[in-house]
Amino acid sequence: MKASESNSADAINRIRGALGDHLLNFEKKSERRFYIDIAPETVLEASSLMFEETGARLQIATGVDTPAGIEVMYHWALDSEDCLVTIRATVAHEDSSLDSIAILCPAAEWIEREMWELLGIEFRDHPDLRHLLLDDNWPQGNYPLRKFPSGQEVAP
Amino acid sequence: MSKRTIVPIGPYHALQEEPEFFKLHVEGETVVHLDIELGYNHRGIEKLSESKGFEETVFLAERICGICSTSHPIACVQAAEDAGGIHVPERALFIRSTVGELERIHSHLLWLGLAGHFLGFNTLWMWAWRFREDVLSVLELVTGNRNHYGMMKPGGVRRDINDTDIPAIFTLLESLKDPIAMFRDAVIEDPLLHARTRGIGVLSREKAIAYGALGPTARASGYDIDVRRDHPHAAYGMVDWDVITCENGDVFDKAVVRILEMFESIRIIEQCLNQLKTVTGPIDSNPRFVAPGEGIGHYEAPRGEVFHYIRSDGSNRPVRHKVRAPSYMNVPTNRETVLGETIADATIILAAVDPCYCCTERMAVAVDSPGGGRLWGAQDLIRMSCEKTYELMKESGLRGPAPPPYAAAGHTRNWGR
Repeated sequence: MKASESNSADAINRIRGALGDHLLNFEKKSERRFYIDIAPETVLEASSLMFEETGARLQIATGVDTPAGIEVMYHWALDSEDCLVTIRATVAHEDSSLDSIAILCPAAEWIEREMWELLGIEFRDHPDLRHLLLDDNWPQGNYPLRKFPSGQEVAP
Repeated sequence: MSKRTIVPIGPYHALQEEPEFFKLHVEGETVVHLDIELGYNHRGIEKLSESKGFEETVFLAERICGICSTSHPIACVQAAEDAGGIHVPERALFIRSTVGELERIHSHLLWLGLAGHFLGFNTLWMWAWRFREDVLSVLELVTGNRNHYGMMKPGGVRRDINDTDIPAIFTLLESLKDPIAMFRDAVIEDPLLHARTRGIGVLSREKAIAYGALGPTARASGYDIDVRRDHPHAAYGMVDWDVITCENGDVFDKAVVRILEMFESIRIIEQCLNQLKTVTGPIDSNPRFVAPGEGIGHYEAPRGEVFHYIRSDGSNRPVRHKVRAPSYMNVPTNRETVLGETIADATIILAAVDPCYCCTERMAVAVDSPGGGRLWGAQDLIRMSCEKTYELMKESGLRGPAPPPYAAAGHTRNWGR
């Protein structure tokens, strides 16, 4: 019933191989948790690899504002291999845009709307990019989860 | 082409605990499009969590939902433990699973009662909630609270289960088996429930995968996922139990999955309690800090996988705490399941994914298209659903033409004046 660790190692090796040059950094946190950094412009390809070829399930995406840029993490679950793979792309504060993966995988539609309004990430070709949680009259350019609006740390 | 009308359900409505706004686009009686609006109850918990210590975030997570009030804390502490590499004693794992499964039983009984209510099967409602009280008594015995148990902390649990309490818990669990079997037979054999729920609100397996559906909503569509089995945590890898799946993805199968899951929950609890008799030791590893890093915790709540992500910089507060509840993935599937169905069926279809329910008695008034005259409130929608049931009863000769309960009551309360 439980997947063996070699299964997850196989799956991870396949993903690493398929990502090829797109893979910027690979971190194995434990036998069941993997973190992969990719360039922002390859998000759609990487997601297609995960969702369509690997059969992973999109758990959710998370955005984190850091001094170096906004990290967008797509958490994929490989349920039959008992491991979670986080694919991470870091976008610059000045040009925070990414390809939408909602066309590929409807599960991403809401979370992309949420990251758009809370973190100010523009999702290109999103089918329905409008406010999800905030009011429709929310002031433009005001992103509640941004901590470093211009790349500079704000005084607490 | 017939005229298209929008029937808004919400933002405050009997079908869901959290205020959500379903705009049903209908042509005649048939639903042709559904638009869902969120945000009426956005509390900014992710941001608030960044100002709390790791022990406090667990209490905050507990307040995300009144029904899954141990699922969020389990996922939250697991995220902190994953981030900081914190060890959890074995005895604590069994206690976590025990509380988690008790919660699943009470949540499924709550849903079953409400589903019966929406269909005009009020006897089912009353009985389901009567036995849910027994489960809450067990939870009170184990944790001290009927809800919001305050049991979880990074590194373990806060309270032990006393050996002297275990026989009483076994007795209460034993007394639940017959009632749950009764519900199973009531749902599986009742021709009326078949007529109202079979083939209604079907979610195909392909759509369930595309939308990332979770929990009973996914398993009823033959999408065999369960975080408890696929990613073993707490004590689930140490006990023997089965994942329940069905094939059709309709409202009936969603009900069957939930009812059969309650038997599995009892199986898990009984094994955990037996283990607790022999597995001794501490219930808490008393971590002093969460090491810098990032962690993911997930737990199979009654409605599906709860997901928490925590990033720590070594201070006593998380830098980022992301929470994703199962309804976030399940509610969008309504866009598929409600298409082509009638308004009378929309009530039970929207309810079938089990969006949280606490504030059931709150409601808004549904207004017809711009300039339209007719007003529909929650009671009206439930009445329409009840009326359909009675129509079916008459047709099938199950019962004479009795008036639907809400029509008879006239929607007004008589306060004795």
